[in-house]
Amino acid sequence: MEQKLINLTIDNRPVSVENGTTILDAAKACGIDIPTLCHINLEGTCVNNHPASCRLCVVEVAGRRNLAPACATACTEGMEVHTNTIRVLNARRTVLELILSNHPHDCLVCAKSGNCELQNLTRKLKIQEAPYEGGEKSCFEVEKTVSIIRDMNKCILCRRCETMCNDVQTVGAIGARGRGFETTISPAFGNKLADSECTYCGQCVAVCPVGALTEKDNTGKLIRDLANPNKVVIVQTAPAVRVAIGEEFGNPAGTIVTGKLAAALRKLGFDYVFDTDFAADLTIMEEGSELLGRLNAFLAGDKNVHLPILTSCCPAWVNFFEHQFPDMLNIPSTARSPQQMFGSIAKTYWAEKMGIAREKLIVVSVMPCLAKKYECGREEFKVNGNPDVDYSLSTRELAALIKEANIDFNALEDSDFDLPLGASTGAAAIFGATGGVMEAALRTAYELHTGKTLGKVDFTEVRGLEGIRKASVDMDGFELKVGIAHGLGNARKLLEDIRAGKSEFHAIEIMACPGGCIGGGGQPLHHGNIEIIKARSNAIYREDAGKPIRKSHENPYIKQLYEEYLGKPLSEKSHALLHTKYFDKSE
Amino acid sequence: MENNKLSCSAVAAVKDICAAHNNDAGELINILHETQNTLGYLPQEVQQLVAKNLNIPASRVNGVVSFYAFFTEKPKGKHPISICLGTACYVRGSDKVLEEVKNVLGIEVGQTTPDGIFSLDCLRCVGACGLAPVMTIDGKVFGNVDPKDVRRILEDFV
Repeated sequence: MEQKLINLTIDNRPVSVENGTTILDAAKACGIDIPTLCHINLEGTCVNNHPASCRLCVVEVAGRRNLAPACATACTEGMEVHTNTIRVLNARRTVLELILSNHPHDCLVCAKSGNCELQNLTRKLKIQEAPYEGGEKSCFEVEKTVSIIRDMNKCILCRRCETMCNDVQTVGAIGARGRGFETTISPAFGNKLADSECTYCGQCVAVCPVGALTEKDNTGKLIRDLANPNKVVIVQTAPAVRVAIGEEFGNPAGTIVTGKLAAALRKLGFDYVFDTDFAADLTIMEEGSELLGRLNAFLAGDKNVHLPILTSCCPAWVNFFEHQFPDMLNIPSTARSPQQMFGSIAKTYWAEKMGIAREKLIVVSVMPCLAKKYECGREEFKVNGNPDVDYSLSTRELAALIKEANIDFNALEDSDFDLPLGASTGAAAIFGATGGVMEAALRTAYELHTGKTLGKVDFTEVRGLEGIRKASVDMDGFELKVGIAHGLGNARKLLEDIRAGKSEFHAIEIMACPGGCIGGGGQPLHHGNIEIIKARSNAIYREDAGKPIRKSHENPYIKQLYEEYLGKPLSEKSHALLHTKYFDKSE
Repeated sequence: MENNKLSCSAVAAVKDICAAHNNDAGELINILHETQNTLGYLPQEVQQLVAKNLNIPASRVNGVVSFYAFFTEKPKGKHPISICLGTACYVRGSDKVLEEVKNVLGIEVGQTTPDGIFSLDCLRCVGACGLAPVMTIDGKVFGNVDPKDVRRILEDFV
């Protein structure tokens, strides 16, 4: 049925929009940029926050007594909207001045400086003095977890983080607490985030407009280690980093900078520059074999086999099911994440080969993720207290360090990763996008299961940004059904189906962040622009298409690793080094 | 764990109240209302229990409880006292009444005496401005209160 369009004018420009469109979206459609602070809408995903709490988007609507918040007011027929009258400008300025009245003025040394939406607006509105003294200056204790730093003194109560944590991720770790100046966004009862259900997915950090939620910064630690002549410092970098870090140096979203990234890491002084993609190929060998093992048992009539198998690469996802689905700990794959597989292999196979003592070796990871900071500190990933991966930096932290080190990133000549732990295939490259792990697994599982060579390695049916996707793949007579979810709220739906015995799938891929790792909590900030996520996703698939080898089991250095060291996938040694177990964290 | 602090009867009471509202998260405020009426207050363990029954995060229950002044996370005294600080009572000296109550009981607003007999709160107008200044104990209104009368009024409740 054709929908009747609504006609209105905004700043005297006629606009026609669909019923239900907000003034903000209508204005955007005709190129008028109304300032916002609390509003965020990642179209196509379920990320949509418009509590109309900041009031910065107020506009004048003819015939209406008070000013209307554009983000929460629907257009009506014949509406006459003005976004830049003196009344609006004065109101907007006062609103911002009031927000600033109890916001700390320590911008110079704030982690968010330069990337802060409040700071940008203050500059845009040219507010150069603070006319209102805050009724009360808040003095909340700053909480520093292994991943996320919470400074509620800087919070402007936009509620974006609350929306992410509750509506999008359905984790429910944080929410508004108290009233008036006492209000904070906090775990229940004012508890610590570290003691809550928080998964460290970092999506709250990814949307925080100010410096209230930031990441634990490990750059200082890294600089000290790089300067220590007694340490061998090696680095691994995740698939999603190379398609996003370019943005921090002014490149358009979706620019692939793999070669420059490797060159920059070398310039920073790492002794060896390796690639998490190598470990992603390894993950496919282990996880794919596990899938085939369970599948064959199932096809042979074993009723006790746990299907669907769930991927286990995403540490926030692991935290999620450990907290929320402790009755299902035996369903996910036991394969460690690529970050941890890399660390484990680097500190055993590679270190032994190179004759480097474990204590001398520092393994650093660069990740699009904040949960990875937490993951590498998990006790089960340590040997005699020495972690397989010493610590993790986010994409943003690495970009900051490259700038600090005076490296002209865009002028760098492309460099390659070192061998053997830097060799990877196209299957590993797509690990960074939702659906990518499943596609990589399908490429290998199909060939190992059927003994045939795939005609076309692209499984485009598992790609895309829809929250939950499904596909079935013909495995030479057997119909393999796979599901993919990104965002923990979508994951929850699939898990509840499994719990209820209604799941139709044999294998499910889960990534905690919208878009997958490319939209991770450690990535350059997207400021609510979904086009950035899409561009990164496209870049990931371009990176894959450009690789000479596109199937994990054909990576020659992976083959070598099995020949020289591990034996075969799921061998005893593989189990000891590359697999893990899960814990009930519901209490 | 912490739930051990709650008696079995309290756990059952909370469960019944939630069930009477079909464990509907949309009924949260009503459920908290009834729970507080039954138990007297809403300690952390009770909030967790409500969250569990309604299948919502504890942070959401705690957000509601900590927002509304009506809800209390601390036990009230056997005889809750409220002093009106509305305009009429205030201009007729209810602030001095309040000071005297604080003096006599040795507690601040929002606190409960160590023996659990009295708790002290303020409110704005009970609709008896003609009797200003007004205080209520157990919901009973005392009008034209002189600070000198406070000790005598309280002694009747001990």
